Amino acid sequence: MAVLSHALTVERVSKHYGPVRAVDDVSLRIGRGAFVTLLGPSGSGKTTILMAIAGFVAPTSGRILLDDVPITPLPPEKRNFGMVFQGYALFPHMTVAENVMFPLRVRKVARAEAERRVTEALALVQLAHLADRLPKQLSGGQQQRVALARALVFEPSLLLLDEPLSALDKKLRAELQVELKDLHRRVGLTFIYVTHDQEEALSMSDRIAILRDGRLVQEGAPGVLYERPATRFVADFLGKSNFLKGRVEAVRGDGFAYAAGPARFVQHGAPDGLAAGAPVLVALRPEKIDVLAAPPPDAALNTVAGTIAAWSYFGSAFSLLVDTPVGRLQATVPAWRCPIEPAEGRSVHLAWSAEASVRVLAD
Amino acid sequence: MAEAPVAPAPRLLGASLPWWLLILPALVLMLVFYAYPLAEVLWISVTEPEPGLGNYERLFTSASVQRVWMTTLRICVITTVITLLCGYVVAYAIASAPPRLQRWMFLLVLLPLWISVLVRAFAWVTLLRRQGLVNEALIGLGLIDEPLRLIWNEFGIAVGMVHYMIPYAVLPLYASMRDIDPRLVPAARGLGASRFEAFRRVFLPLTRPGIIAATVLVFIFSLGFYVTPAILGGGRTMMIAEYIKLQILDLIRWGLGTMMASTLLIAILLLLALVSRLVDIRRVFGQG
Repeated sequence: MAVLSHALTVERVSKHYGPVRAVDDVSLRIGRGAFVTLLGPSGSGKTTILMAIAGFVAPTSGRILLDDVPITPLPPEKRNFGMVFQGYALFPHMTVAENVMFPLRVRKVARAEAERRVTEALALVQLAHLADRLPKQLSGGQQQRVALARALVFEPSLLLLDEPLSALDKKLRAELQVELKDLHRRVGLTFIYVTHDQEEALSMSDRIAILRDGRLVQEGAPGVLYERPATRFVADFLGKSNFLKGRVEAVRGDGFAYAAGPARFVQHGAPDGLAAGAPVLVALRPEKIDVLAAPPPDAALNTVAGTIAAWSYFGSAFSLLVDTPVGRLQATVPAWRCPIEPAEGRSVHLAWSAEASVRVLAD
Repeated sequence: MAEAPVAPAPRLLGASLPWWLLILPALVLMLVFYAYPLAEVLWISVTEPEPGLGNYERLFTSASVQRVWMTTLRICVITTVITLLCGYVVAYAIASAPPRLQRWMFLLVLLPLWISVLVRAFAWVTLLRRQGLVNEALIGLGLIDEPLRLIWNEFGIAVGMVHYMIPYAVLPLYASMRDIDPRLVPAARGLGASRFEAFRRVFLPLTRPGIIAATVLVFIFSLGFYVTPAILGGGRTMMIAEYIKLQILDLIRWGLGTMMASTLLIAILLLLALVSRLVDIRRVFGQG
């Protein structure tokens, strides 16, 4: 299934429903062959954007371009995009093969050719042996694969996926994430994926666009978004974060020092526009905090002492909630090398380097 | 009104004595006032005026009997087709309306059911007769010179019957449309089907159970219709039910009348048997 991949540009698209701005001035460029995820909580406008790309929602303003051709006025059936709906939307009165054949039949592809391509598409998702079943006779994961085969069989310009894994249990989801990513690599199409699940987004995407209240908050590679979230919302939504609120005490060339409550910490990173006395917000990932029995010898580290308020065991890790003078902090420690025995009320020292945390904008 | 369908067969096995006691009064009522008269009708049809199948022979020999049957079938087919088309559009409009509006639309569809069939038939008379609202309006607008013959013929009967039958078509059709996943039609369009193709290949086939149910319901109801054809047909166009009444009450020809009644009953049973081979009849009539 060699296909030509396409780029998609969303140019200042807005969608208003009465006074509600479901999508508010979103611009996005999706590269050829990329796996791009639109990530956001429910009501963030991610599905509306996908529906606008698919042609089911007409934007109030703005344009959508495939490569350089505006497609905004085209009806969905003229766009030639594959789409996997939430809940799959398989046709219940057609067999698996007939479902996959559907896009070819409406395109009047010759019978023999169509049958060959259906076989090929079903082989691609490893379902050739279930071709004559009805959708209701399949498991959720199999239905999901049929929906994928149906969306790919007509060699679409793009594949749009609307929370395709949300109905499946956790383990199956993890398997299908790997499969989807592998499928993306094999077919080489541009995939646009919508989800509210940050793990899905991180594990599969080349790029993630984070949306909130109809606006694009931040867009970038998963690693960049995780390591350098721009705002408090991104840091909190993508993974977990502790937040330290403080006031700048001194600015250096490559960082700054700040006071958070009675403690004083240093933060690495360009102190753009910061001056002494300015309020700052710093995000700190739980897994980047070292938990120690005694204060660390390295004076360059940020440290704070506290007592364990609660802890839980996850097999691979311990998660500790530690009450400190700067508030309650969460720290995650790999279970096999946890230097202390977790117990409620036990006093511990938390330490992190100036590079481990990141300054974010409050929002 | 239409001929009532046959009594459902009671489940004899697996029911306990208290259950039988509970059901007994209804059973006795049914046997005395329903099964017995029905058997009597069947009996008369083969005994009056003389024992034998002479009455049934008329189905093949009497031109007037055949004419009544042909008229009935023709009107029923026309009524069913028009009712189905109108009912489908109405059901589709309701199914795709927002829930708040749906309740009002349902009220409007069901409202006619609360008005006596007699009142509705006479209402159509006032609208369709020579000096009725429709003819007066058309003449007033200069569209026609002579009043159209809108009543005392098959046209008038069909209008009245379609009006009466529409709710019976809308309800099963709506039920089958409501069960369709609203994402299926968008999915079909996203896969390249035009609006029409998506309707024809996805929506329409999925409403098939509703279409069959509505067709059976409307057609069988129409077969035994009495009041509306009697009033809007004005005695000139005669359907079976009116013919039976004429034979028994006016001409006192019990044998012929009961023969027609029995034939009607048998025809309906055969029709139901035929349909039940095609679809699950219990689902068609709203159970399950």
